[in-house]
Amino acid sequence: MTSLYEEIPAAPPADVPTRRVTITVNGDRRTLDIEPRLLLSHLIRQGLQLTGTHMGCDTTGCGTCTVLLNGRPVKSCTVLAVQADGREVETVEGLSSAQQLHPLQEGFKQEHGLQCGYCTPGMMMAAKALLERNPNPTEDEVRWALSGNICRCTGYQNIVKAVLWAADKMREQEG
Amino acid sequence: MTETMDVTGSAIGRPLRRKEDARLLHGQTNWTDNIQLAGTLHMAVLRSPMAHAKIAHIDVSPALERPHVVAAFSAKELGELNGAVPCVWPVTDDIQMPPFHALAVDKVRHVGDCVAVVIANTKYAAADALDAIDVDYEPLPAVIDMEAALKQGSVAVHDAADGSLGTNRCYDFPLKPTGDGSFEAAVKAAGDDAVVVKRRFINQRIIAGFMEPRAVVASPMGMSNEMTVWSATQIPHVLRVLLALVTGLPENTLRIVAPDVGGGFGGKLQLYREEVLAVQIARHLGRTVKWVETRSEDMVSSHHGRDQIQDIQIAATKDGKLIGMKVDLLANMGAYLQIITPGIPLLGMFMFPAIYKMDAYEFSCTGVFTNTTPTDAIRGAGRPEATYAIERIMDELAAELGMDPLKLREMNWIKNTEFPYTTVAGLAYDSGNYEAATERALELFGYDELRAEQEQRRASGDPVQLGLGISTFTEMCGLAPSRTLGALKYVAGGWEHCTIRALPTGKIELITGTSPHGQGHETAWSQIASSILGVPVDDIEVVHGDTGRAPYGMDTYGSRSLAVGGQAIKKAAERLVEKARIIAAHQLECSPDDLDFIQGEFRVKGDPAKAQPLAAVAFEAFTAHNLPDGVEPTLQAEATVDPNDFSYPHGTHLAAMEVDVETGKVKIRKYVAVDDCGVQVNPLIVEGQVHGGLVCGIAQALYEGVEYDSDGNLLTASLADYLIPSAADLPSFITDRTETPSTTNPLGTKGIGEAGAIASTPAIINGIVDALRPMGVTDVKMPATPENVWRAIQAAQGGAQ
Repeated sequence: MTSLYEEIPAAPPADVPTRRVTITVNGDRRTLDIEPRLLLSHLIRQGLQLTGTHMGCDTTGCGTCTVLLNGRPVKSCTVLAVQADGREVETVEGLSSAQQLHPLQEGFKQEHGLQCGYCTPGMMMAAKALLERNPNPTEDEVRWALSGNICRCTGYQNIVKAVLWAADKMREQEG
Repeated sequence: MTETMDVTGSAIGRPLRRKEDARLLHGQTNWTDNIQLAGTLHMAVLRSPMAHAKIAHIDVSPALERPHVVAAFSAKELGELNGAVPCVWPVTDDIQMPPFHALAVDKVRHVGDCVAVVIANTKYAAADALDAIDVDYEPLPAVIDMEAALKQGSVAVHDAADGSLGTNRCYDFPLKPTGDGSFEAAVKAAGDDAVVVKRRFINQRIIAGFMEPRAVVASPMGMSNEMTVWSATQIPHVLRVLLALVTGLPENTLRIVAPDVGGGFGGKLQLYREEVLAVQIARHLGRTVKWVETRSEDMVSSHHGRDQIQDIQIAATKDGKLIGMKVDLLANMGAYLQIITPGIPLLGMFMFPAIYKMDAYEFSCTGVFTNTTPTDAIRGAGRPEATYAIERIMDELAAELGMDPLKLREMNWIKNTEFPYTTVAGLAYDSGNYEAATERALELFGYDELRAEQEQRRASGDPVQLGLGISTFTEMCGLAPSRTLGALKYVAGGWEHCTIRALPTGKIELITGTSPHGQGHETAWSQIASSILGVPVDDIEVVHGDTGRAPYGMDTYGSRSLAVGGQAIKKAAERLVEKARIIAAHQLECSPDDLDFIQGEFRVKGDPAKAQPLAAVAFEAFTAHNLPDGVEPTLQAEATVDPNDFSYPHGTHLAAMEVDVETGKVKIRKYVAVDDCGVQVNPLIVEGQVHGGLVCGIAQALYEGVEYDSDGNLLTASLADYLIPSAADLPSFITDRTETPSTTNPLGTKGIGEAGAIASTPAIINGIVDALRPMGVTDVKMPATPENVWRAIQAAQGGAQ
């Protein structure tokens, strides 16, 4: 059982109602008892200890918490964890194995698409969703697909290049 | 390109991919919010909903009844632990520095002021209990506008009852040369030949917008008596000194760690109230206390920046030779003075004359208290405001004189042959080549073709007009020579430290006092050390941001890390080689003078087969079995460097702006930035810094602006209301460089972190005004939203009718 109250060594308080959900995270099926108001982002970060998903705001404004929910990018700070019941969640930790970088990760490195790295996981998850539906995007399409994700460091130019680099690489691998 | 360096050439100047990236790309990071220590308590802060009010009554005890709440404090319960947050830059002798406590005492002075805190076992429980705190506010009139705040009879943010003078005038800083050096005298001397242009520019308030919200974990559970503080800060070293002074905790028991920090842009160059509260409460309860801000809290409580009203006069002869300049500023301090709030506009004081030669310069600045969030450094800190004013008014002067704005600049800038050059503001510019940067920018831009297109569009009455914006800027970076800082009444120094250790296993540990939060120091510093030690970049580990492991430093801000910190790295590395040379000579049975140090090994001159690599020397220094007499074991060296002077990066930025005169919508058609930051250690990182800076400055020009209503409510209180631009709002930029090495430091480097932010704002606005000038527009309010552009057009047309 996992809930935010796991932070307290003693049992979770009896007065807090919980709900049982089953969520598949990065291929790993988890059954959890959670507070209905728990945010998906908090479940991912604190409950599941997957700290690669970040939180930059609390108003769906920045996109750093972007994860894929059944393959679609969502801002996990404005999704309740109970809404993910019976669904699949993919986070940055699911992108690659330790040995093999995902082409997006490689692209971000090659094109210097990150500086502080705080927005990067969200950017890559949004980009992954784009490349899955559009393997050969234009620069403009990349810019619009990432328009819900803010970066303060890079000015975006190298992020766009990184996504186009990954698109090339993925098409090469497919072809 | 691979990361592994061959050691046959210098690592400096190579666009190496960053060492930092792999970890960050896997989400394998250590942000302050990731830190989960056993038994951690969570802090939530109750903030004032009012801009100005008396706290008539406050009772935190109902919060204690809520589940999982451990403690709650207002100023009353906190008592002596309610430390005063310091300002370390009292810019004048008679500056008003009202007390600024971590929790408001009796009065609140801006929306977001800290009123009380709840400490609970979980984050949700702490946040839930805030609404149980009982507070009665007696509203007071709020003063938001600076000019209103200075009027006789205005409500005082800090009144006499608070032990202040009862005025909102924080300080007056005059720089008024008398006699021939005065602006008036210079204009008078020019007689009928003088043309004076006067403008008022508003440099609006902005937020820093770092993506990682502020966070702090204070734990009294360290080794011995240690209080460990993890904070999302740019300044762990400065924080250690200040927290010791504020809390009374012995400095030698405080360890400050800036772990992974997600951007700063000046916004994390601060000692924040919440840091004081977390430390004091952790100490009081003997438990670890954690606080992570929400973005809504960030918008009202992390310091804001800019916010100046600038009255500028510039004078020239009719043929365009500059005579002088007069600058009168009102600078908004906000409700309290934070770490260097009053000094920010004075950093700009030096930069108003920019790259231009003139004989007269006058400056004054009045700091003004208002019921708003305190202001302080944001990317550029004082220099963007100054650069905006000078580059804008150069365009206005050109229009007045009927000259091409580029020609006017060229006529007045310091020629490459005239360096070193002491400006009328008293700075000695060491180097620069404005001609080269401008020539390259013009080539990339296609200036003449765009001017021709502009003429066409004007002639045909095209609803989309074209304007060309110019910004030929410089900035002072590399804060700073300690003596200069002392002369400006800044309380700290400007030196930087580096220790380099050659470990017995052949690896190098480079300990720096700079504190990166996205800049790529781990890669760039390795490149500098590699070029001197001949050790592969991958064998060098850069240690930073932890006062336990890197005890000395002045941290990262003001484009100082490379310009100042780089010098310390070079010096420490060279010292290490000199110590190793003595040991190697002993091992090789020759005189130290007979050794060359090439590609990481000592070779006997004339007999290169006899050689000893640095790693072997390090091992010898570790075993110490056979060291020469008088040589101490271990192989390490350190250097603490105080810079001789600032360095002065410069560049030419050109923006082609399309303006729809019917809707006010603007579009960046083309943007060229040619920057000169001297020697580039890693051009890939430099380009990234330029891109990010550009967008910061463009965002101020087009998208961002903090807005308050007349009661002091923050209208732009979320990222939905405050528009940080996204990828879809911006074009790709054309960037290039010229390279004029700095002569003020031995690496020849200049800072680059702030240049883009300083240069781009005036380039954009000049472009928009240039497009609209035939319609009578001479200024556009920032941010130049469609509404503001449309209003500027309507106002000008109305005036014309």
